Amino acid sequence: MLQAVTLSCRRGERRLFSDLTVKVEPGTLLAIVGENGSGKTSLLRIFSSLLPPEDGSVLWEGEDIQQLKELYSGQLTYIGHLNGIKDDLTPLENLMSAMALAGEACSQTEAQAALEAIGLKRPIYRLPSKVLSQGQKRRVALARLWLSTRPLWLLDEPFTSLDAASTGIVTERLHAHLQRGGLGVLVTHQEVDLPTDRLQRLRLTG
Amino acid sequence: MSRSSMWGAIGGIVRRDLLLAMRRRSDAAMSVFFLVIVVSLFPLGVGPEPAVLRTIGPGVLWVAALLACLLSLARVFTADYVDGTLEQMVLVPQPLAVLVVGKVFAHWVISGLPIVLLSPLLGLQFGLSGESLGVLVMSLLLGTPALSMIGAIGAALVLGVRGSGLLVALLVLPLYVPVLIFGAGAVTSSMAGIGGEANLSLLGACLVLSLFLAPWATGAALRIALE
Repeated sequence: MLQAVTLSCRRGERRLFSDLTVKVEPGTLLAIVGENGSGKTSLLRIFSSLLPPEDGSVLWEGEDIQQLKELYSGQLTYIGHLNGIKDDLTPLENLMSAMALAGEACSQTEAQAALEAIGLKRPIYRLPSKVLSQGQKRRVALARLWLSTRPLWLLDEPFTSLDAASTGIVTERLHAHLQRGGLGVLVTHQEVDLPTDRLQRLRLTG
Repeated sequence: MSRSSMWGAIGGIVRRDLLLAMRRRSDAAMSVFFLVIVVSLFPLGVGPEPAVLRTIGPGVLWVAALLACLLSLARVFTADYVDGTLEQMVLVPQPLAVLVVGKVFAHWVISGLPIVLLSPLLGLQFGLSGESLGVLVMSLLLGTPALSMIGAIGAALVLGVRGSGLLVALLVLPLYVPVLIFGAGAVTSSMAGIGGEANLSLLGACLVLSLFLAPWATGAALRIALE
């Protein structure tokens, strides 16, 4: 279970939110919505431990994530608005090195299966990533979700530059993750097509 | 944290960076070219007097190696910062300092090791004797990793700042001074016939100290850069 307790966040002079308390139960997804600049990404980065909150704390299974440090990192998969892929490497190499780095090393066959699941077929995953379109690069980053065994997924605008079919595929994958008892936090502008009992909305007003 | 997963993380990052360097060989070759050009220009500028060349040789070689290191080091984290891989590195379930060691080691293999291997050839241009060439290689072998470790702190501190190249130089050059003095000193004293062991020991101490402290400082700077 992931909890935010009286969180507040300030970027420069601006206070983005304060006294924010929210709870994400296993099997559910928290969708953070709000206008541009309302602090959605900052909140997600606080959840990921990349950004320390100005005040308040984030608890994972009842323990402060600032204390858990690497133990907490081992529980989550974070996909930010930057894809984290190298232009000079192929999608296959990118995916395999990202998984190895995250401590979830996978075989080439598993990585190929993940890329195919998200619609990147054979000739594409052997090309250098610099020739891919924005949507295809996004899919390379999201392919990690097919290999991740971590309970907590933190996704920043996962559907950006994805076509309708790929959005559907990713949503299905999210649903499967929730059904297995996983948790998710999602920053999004779009409607998420998930059952309402699994979805919790948080609107930031900025 | 198990030891094997720690080595897995270091191995993963070293493998990835070496693979990237293979794809962009021209970038990796840049610091070596810089060294060769600078060192080759000195005999042309100073004149072919063997005694003069032998006197300035160790200093020139060491200063050129130091600047060549600095040249490539300023950007060691930039690409990872821009494309988002650095965020993923920070979120790895291993201490960040461990990954920094892997990252700097890969960088040293790409740009520091060629300098070490090439140095005897460049030393010949300055008329260094066989024994002094050996000491030169030893001193660079101990000194360049220390330069890489120290430089990584500067590179991490200026991440996301414009015109960062010059700023890195300003930040780390004072810290490079001991390494330069002991490195060039080792070669000079071996030429003078008093042996370079004392200076080499001090260089070794610099390397150990930088290996011990620099990864933590670099890790802390990287976290601040990502906030």
